[in-house]
This record gives sequence, C-alpha cells and structure tokens, in this order.
Amino acid sequence: MAGFNKVVGSYEEAMAGLEDNMTLISGGFGLCGIPENLIAEIQRKGTKGLTLVSNNCGTTNDGLGVLLHNRQIKKMVASYVGENEIFEAQMMAGELEVELTPQGTLAEKMRAGGAGIPAFFTATGYGTLVAEGKETREINGRHYILEPAITGDFAIVKAWKADTYGNLVFRKTARNFNPMAATAGKITVVEVEEIVQPGELDPDHIHTPGIYVDRLIQGTFKKTIEQRTVRCAD
Amino acid sequence: MALSREQLAMRVAQELKDGYYVNLGIGIPTLVANYVPQGIEVMLQSENGLLGMGQFPSDEEVDADLINAGKQTVTMATGASLFDSAESFAMIRGGHVDLTVLGAFEVDVQGNIASYMIPGKLIKGMGGAMDLVAGADNIIVTMTHASKHGQSKLLSECSLPLTGKGCIKKVLTDLAFIEIKDGKFHLLERAPGVSVEEIVKLTAGELVVPENVPEMQF
Repeated sequence: MAGFNKVVGSYEEAMAGLEDNMTLISGGFGLCGIPENLIAEIQRKGTKGLTLVSNNCGTTNDGLGVLLHNRQIKKMVASYVGENEIFEAQMMAGELEVELTPQGTLAEKMRAGGAGIPAFFTATGYGTLVAEGKETREINGRHYILEPAITGDFAIVKAWKADTYGNLVFRKTARNFNPMAATAGKITVVEVEEIVQPGELDPDHIHTPGIYVDRLIQGTFKKTIEQRTVRCAD
Repeated sequence: MALSREQLAMRVAQELKDGYYVNLGIGIPTLVANYVPQGIEVMLQSENGLLGMGQFPSDEEVDADLINAGKQTVTMATGASLFDSAESFAMIRGGHVDLTVLGAFEVDVQGNIASYMIPGKLIKGMGGAMDLVAGADNIIVTMTHASKHGQSKLLSECSLPLTGKGCIKKVLTDLAFIEIKDGKFHLLERAPGVSVEEIVKLTAGELVVPENVPEMQF
C-alpha cells in the first residue's frame, strides 16, 4: 500500500484488528445501503461482545441481524429494531442490551463524534425515557437534553463508488447514515460497487472525502429489498 | 359514521397548502399523498434522506437503493434531492418542514404524545418520531378515537411512555377534529353522522364543546 491508496485485497484484511468487546458503527437504513460483505466477514470471524451502533439491526436473516445468530452483539444502539424475531427474543430474555436512540439524535451523535464535538443539546426526547439521567438545560425558553457523541473502534460503510484514495460517492437513499458513520470510526472500512482511479470522480460530486477512509474494498451486493412496493399498472 | 382510513387521509389533505414541505408518517399518514388538492404543489420529505418523494415504482423502476422511511420502494418526483440522515434531521429539527403527520397510541390535554412503546409488549423503537414531534411546529396526529374495546385514546394524561412532551396541537380521529390548547381538548369538527354526545363519551380528557360543531366536509 502506497501513499493514499486505501484499497485492501481481501475482506479478512478489511476487518483485521476487530476484536471482542469493541464498538462498531455501521451505516445503512433497514437493509438499504448496508455493508453486507463486511457484516458477513464479521459473522465469519465470530467477534463477540460487540457494541453495535446502527439505525437498525437488520432482519431475522439479513443485514446486521445475522450477527445475532451466534450472539456476537452485547449491546445495540439503534432507533428502530422491529422486523427481527431473534432480536426481540434476545432483548426480552435480557441477553441483549438495547439503547433506543431517536433517529435524528443517532445521526447527530455520529456526526458530532466524527467532528470532534463531545456532546450537543437537542430538544428531541426531552421529557421522555430518552432523557433519563441526562443533563437538561433551558435555552431561550425551550428545554433541551445533553446528548453525548458516539465514536467507534471501527466503522463499516457502504458507498456506491470510490476512487483508490477513498473519496466516496453514495447512491440515492443508500447514503443515509453512511457518511456520518465514515467520520466516526477510529478505523473506517468502506466497501463499494466500483473503484476508479483518482481524478475520475468529479471533486465537486464527492460526498465523503477520503481523509475519513482507512480501508477500501470492492464487492458485489445482493441488495435485499425489505418492502418491495409497486404501483398498479397504469 | 366513523371516518375510514381514506377519509382520514382526505381530511388531513385539506390542511395542505401550496408550497408545503411535508413529512408523512407510516400508515394512514402515507395515504395523504393520494389526496393532495388540485392546483397546489407539495413536496414530501422522507427522513431516510429524500425530499421530493414520488409514487411507488413500476416493476421495471424498482431500485433497492431508493426507499422511503417505511422501507418501501419509491420513486423520486421531479426536482427531488437526496441527502444523508444528519442533513435530513437538520431539516426536521431546524423547523424547516411545514407539516408533519403521524400516528399515535395516545395524546393528552397537555399536548403530550405516546406513539412508540407499549412496555412488555411492543418495544421496536421510536425511529424518527421523537425528532419529528420535537422539531415541527405544525403537527397533525391521526388515530382512532378509542381502542377496539372502547377505551379513549384522548386522555387527561398519557399512560404509555411519551414520544414528546407538550408538542401536539391538532388531532384528527375517526370521529372528530380536535385542537389542544390551554390544557384542554377543543372540538372543532365532527365526522359526518357522528354526534357530539358520542365524541364526548369517548373522550377521557377534558373536552370543550362549542355551541355549534360543524360536520367535516369532503
């Protein structure tokens, strides 16, 4: 590996250094824009005791949900964890710790974590269970709670295209949490559908600059659709 | 007659104004998109990162990378824009969305809303609902007035964990359109053929009934 070239040769190399009890941040919304091959590698590796930060935990047999099959997740930080029977069973049995976090707060926690802001005030969740144990403050007559930022030992990200320097372009709503996740990992691993040479991407069109990216790999994706909904023929 | 799901959506749609940016929750709120009044333009915000959500795709148009907040495949309307989740909630939290429509289990006379958790039974998470109710000024809650067993969902105090505190001002149920102010429910309209007495009977929180309560018009 030379200079700014972030490309690694295998998924094993991509996730090297991920150890038991680490905190892992993942991009994705439902099964849209998830780093599915990196997740598969974590399942293969069998890393345990993970604190996982992601908007959702996949479905029973897809996405991050597969990491529940061998109880690799100790704690889940997410905004919505429906559509997953194993998750529900492990949570109800007290085997899986869950920190429900409002979606916008979760996005901002990652953004703040990556941007060196340790905490922020938000009105979201004031007066609810989310506010329990958190500092509150009244600013200009409104109540806010102090939310700590999140960083991870690793962040796993799915983008559409990258150049070898790790400059990233996302596609449609598969962008979601991926850009924030990319900034918030001590080691950020990105998988993409296509890697091009530096200079081939228009610098004005890059969503995530390569400075946030440590490792990059090209994969193929099955892209499961959770709720395939079509309109009736016109 | 209690309003059907479609009629609930139709009544909400009457509150849309030309040039509104609107976030529609999952369920009945989603149906509002089908009844946008003729001659006005609204743009739908989907909190997973799309402003300008279009209709559902044809078979050929289905794209796994293009979904709405309910994880359904969608299309983009002309003039749509795409962004990340932090940007999306900056729009929401920053008060840039003109109207938010969402469902609930309970609301109370203080404008509190409970919509995401039934302890011991339903623990799926709040998704974006807490951000939406905290960030929006103009919110309409749509729900049934009472449970199947006749238990009122318009209470003096919510019994379930709150989604937001003191943030709801308008509630449309299958029986009535209600405003919340000064710690009371105020009856604005009733569903066609539904009597004021029925509404009073099924409203547990204090309800102010004016002399004349018009029927909803469709």
